[in-house]
Amino acid sequence: MSAKILIVAEHDGARLNASTAKCVSCARALEGAEIVVAVCAADAAAVAAQAAQLAGVSRVLTVENPANAHALAAVLAPQLVALAGPFTHVLGPSTTFGKDLMARVAGLLDVPQISDIMAIDGPSRFRRPIYAGNAILTVELAGEGKVVGTVRTASFEAAATGGSAPIEKATVNVELPTHTRFVSVSAAKTDRPDLQTARRVISGGRALGSAEGFKILYSLADKIGAAVGASRAAVDAGYAPNEMQVGQTGKIIAPELYMAVGISGAIQHLTGIKDARTIVAINKDSEAPIFEVADFGLVGDLFQIIPEIEKLV
Amino acid sequence: MKRILVGIKRVVDYNVRIRVKPDGSGVATDGVKMSINPFDEIALEEALRIKERGGAEEVLVATVGPADCQQQLRTALAMGADRALHVQADGVIEPLVVARALLKLIEREQPLLVIVGKQAIDDDNGQTGQALAALWNRPQATYASKLELSGTVARVTREVDAGLETLEVDLPAVISTDLRLNEPRYVKLPDIMKAKKKPLDTFTLEALGVTPRRQLKLVKFEPPPQRQKGIRVKDPAELVAALKKKGLL
Ligand SMILES: Cc1cc2nc3c(=O)[nH]c(=O)nc-3n(C[C@H](O)[C@H](O)[C@H](O)COP(=O)(O)OP(=O)(O)OC[C@H]3O[C@@H](n4cnc5c(N)ncnc54)[C@H](O)[C@@H]3O)c2cc1C
Ligand SMILES: Nc1ncnc2c1ncn2[C@@H]1O[C@H](COP(=O)(O)O)[C@@H](O)[C@H]1O
Repeated sequence: MSAKILIVAEHDGARLNASTAKCVSCARALEGAEIVVAVCAADAAAVAAQAAQLAGVSRVLTVENPANAHALAAVLAPQLVALAGPFTHVLGPSTTFGKDLMARVAGLLDVPQISDIMAIDGPSRFRRPIYAGNAILTVELAGEGKVVGTVRTASFEAAATGGSAPIEKATVNVELPTHTRFVSVSAAKTDRPDLQTARRVISGGRALGSAEGFKILYSLADKIGAAVGASRAAVDAGYAPNEMQVGQTGKIIAPELYMAVGISGAIQHLTGIKDARTIVAINKDSEAPIFEVADFGLVGDLFQIIPEIEKLV
Repeated sequence: MKRILVGIKRVVDYNVRIRVKPDGSGVATDGVKMSINPFDEIALEEALRIKERGGAEEVLVATVGPADCQQQLRTALAMGADRALHVQADGVIEPLVVARALLKLIEREQPLLVIVGKQAIDDDNGQTGQALAALWNRPQATYASKLELSGTVARVTREVDAGLETLEVDLPAVISTDLRLNEPRYVKLPDIMKAKKKPLDTFTLEALGVTPRRQLKLVKFEPPPQRQKGIRVKDPAELVAALKKKGLL
């Protein structure tokens, strides 16, 4: 039996999130799989059109409902369960959207979930990181049934565009709960690249000392077109907002260039950057663990080094 | 009685350097320091604070696992939980089994709120809270960094990739904690003594009517690929030159 894979699209109502294209790449690792993308939205047209272009997608299903204006797991999950019937795999990204939603879907379906899939070795064999990435576990389904998964986006390149899959409206007859209501979302507006997809990322740690201190990073980042990230210590101290946190409990990223500035390199931080192509560490402590993973290490005071780098680029 | 149920898991302490066993059969845990999963300490702290503010009358902690887990339940009692529930189970316990066991406890105890961690730092599954909410057919608010109860609703601020999202959920509900929800208190010595006298009830999965289903085979454990050790550069100029040479700047 060949795999039939349903991928849950992540989007903001207008644009498809890059994480969906990564889920498609993950699904394509299964040869001959039929890949269908589900777009649940109030108005799905724009997002569905983007999903239809992803190479490898054979169909896009849209589920339109005013209740889908905000991605609420409790509201979306029963709709996905209604769609899931014919599929062998139901995948979503390992982002806060996907992690929140997919485990509820798995619970409703009463099937196992594989979290943070980093490789698919066969229809029922997967690899995933555990213990903050300190071990890689190969798991296999014991039985025949369906499986739910979240895809570790840093492990996959985005699928190319250029496809033109048909778009179909799906109707699902399920009662949607009203016990969960969206109130608001506050997201800092930024013109900088998105942390999860940026080619270059500069992150700051506790050493930056204040939100003011982070300005030297923003200034360099803007000069080289980088996104800015932060360690947990910097976020906890209020120097940077939570959406900038990189690591086990923040964002897992895979930029071409990662610069860790005034970050010690705790295991939980390193989990977030294992897949970065090149890591640069700038730290005044030559013994800091970050240097063990850095391709280029520079020992010194960041407040002198960063402005100098900015002058040189 | 207004109760809060907190799910806690015994895990390898976050400071321990993890080593994969040479035969690939697992992670070395012999003689290793074990602790309450850090997110679950935060869950318990939040429950205690709600009780201290008068929002609940009793805080229960529950764990599903082997006999050793009672150490962590005792620690939770020392932190301030009123009562502990231990569901005995050996070997690997998959999230859906944990969720089913917690659901059985919920049916017995009728809590107003269930608080769990957003993930256990050993298996990093991040599933139990959502699976429980699904089976219970109740709301979930994951990755909470702020929680306010008023009457029959909870207002929860969640740490999401975009920033902070606020939801309103009807109670009872399942909340999962993120790191910035609070800072757990330290356990004081006299409280450890007092905790020894607090009730700790044990159950078996069978008695609760939960089948310890294993749907996944753990085929092998491997250490992650190591990064090549890099080089030290002497100054910003050398760094910039090296990055330019690689086409990164
Ligand atoms: C369950 C759990 C989950 C976690 N998740 C995450 C996570 O997702 N992400 C994360 O980052 N952390 C996470 N942590 C926290 C992690 O363990 C560390 O505490 C944190 O990463 C430390 O941040 P830091 O490197 O900024 O601070 P520190 O460890 O304090 O390091 C600061 C560094 O700056 C250097 N420095 C100081 N002044 C200067 C200067 N003038 N110039 C140059 N260098 C200087 C110092 O030498 C030091 O190495 C988690 C912890 C737990 C328990
Ligand atoms: N065996 C267990 N017993 C009690 N609670 C658990 C257990 N496993 C997980 N949990 C709870 O569910 C949360 C998420 O765990 P997980 O889905 O395993 O990442 C944990 O932080 C705990 O609060």
